[in-house]
Amino acid sequence: MAEEVVLLDFWPSLFGMRSRIALAEKGIKYEYKEEDLRNKSALLLQMNPVHKKIPVLIHNGKPVCESLIQVQYIDEVWHDKAPLLPSDPYQKATGRFWADYIDKKIYDLGSRVWKTMGEEQATAKKEFIESLKLIEKELGDKPYFGGESFGYVDVAFIPFYSWFYAYEKCGNFSIEAECPKLIAWAKRCMQKESVAKSLPGQQKVYDFILQMKKHLGIE
Amino acid sequence: MAVLKLFGAWPSPYVFRVIWALKLKGIPYEYIEEDLSNKSPLLLQYNPIHKKVPVLVHDGKPICESTVILRYIDEIWPQNPLLPTDPHERAVALFWIKFADDKSPFISKLYRTDGEEQQVAAKECFEMLEAVEGHALVGGKKFFGGDEINMVDIAFCSVAHWLGVIEGFTGLKIFEPHKFPRLNSWIQNFKSVPVIKDNLPDTDKMSAVLKRRREMLLASKSS
Repeated sequence: MAEEVVLLDFWPSLFGMRSRIALAEKGIKYEYKEEDLRNKSALLLQMNPVHKKIPVLIHNGKPVCESLIQVQYIDEVWHDKAPLLPSDPYQKATGRFWADYIDKKIYDLGSRVWKTMGEEQATAKKEFIESLKLIEKELGDKPYFGGESFGYVDVAFIPFYSWFYAYEKCGNFSIEAECPKLIAWAKRCMQKESVAKSLPGQQKVYDFILQMKKHLGIE
Repeated sequence: MAVLKLFGAWPSPYVFRVIWALKLKGIPYEYIEEDLSNKSPLLLQYNPIHKKVPVLVHDGKPICESTVILRYIDEIWPQNPLLPTDPHERAVALFWIKFADDKSPFISKLYRTDGEEQQVAAKECFEMLEAVEGHALVGGKKFFGGDEINMVDIAFCSVAHWLGVIEGFTGLKIFEPHKFPRLNSWIQNFKSVPVIKDNLPDTDKMSAVLKRRREMLLASKSS
């Protein structure tokens, strides 16, 4: 039976990028469908009725929602190539812990860095940098979060690199100055074709954020 | 011999999730009660990032975050599996577990806040119940995964037990059986499972503890 894989996505989505990378790592052919979030398709509303959000992975007509769940699903179904999760249960647990930390802390703090001004932004910036330093500490001297090979936590986190320039310009700071090892790790990941072709350019993301700020009345 | 320790704090629903998983699989463990106003050096060593309970320590290695712990337990001790084996069914189960994780803090907010903040929490809780009623329990299933209790049921424990207690002493009315008939059936089924029934925090005791916590929180806000 021919496999039919569709990804409902939105080009600057950090979460969509994760699934793009996982699909590329496994060499899976799929149909990419760009959603207009101001005018969501009937398919999106049908496939994710609870949240009505992207990304949605549709495999042979059946939807999988939530990016980290999609990455784990892709890893399980196409298990014969480029394993993303380690086989050891304790290492798996560590990976899940950090992916959860990235979603709970990094994403929210990053959002506050570009969405706020003044005092609020200063606080967000401080906490954002602290979180990045924690993640950098977890990376240590390893080439990737999982060790020698690119894996689950790398997939979860590398999309943020495409947003770093936007965070830096909005918050007026340098992530490389604060976390040089993280930037080195990011550049290493960007050498991989699966990552390079899944992430939008940093300038393009910044232009998008500027548009969003105007639209939200933040200046 | 494997040594399993669980750091918890009564009556945290996140701790009870882990207790039930261990008991459903018949795994022995040592329980250590933490005083969250005076956290032990051991807890801070095992969970330096969040400094929270539950923490499971297996052969000296800590695992933090209740859902991460549940998945670890399910992988190491596969008897009485808590997740479906089919990848798509598992993805659906994980979706609802994440939903429960994302929304459960609003149940706590019902007693930890007042005024507008409490109203926002109440609205979030109501919408959560609507989503579960409308999308997760369709088809007359006994439990979220079918005939047997699994990780999704455990993840929604706050809805099954904590919500009712909190509604009781705050005077809020969010869950009404006639508005949520599928959820109502599920709650009865969930609480009838022997391991759950025998290991639920006492409602009077919980009410007293959470009510006192509410008074202290609201008093410190206004001072």
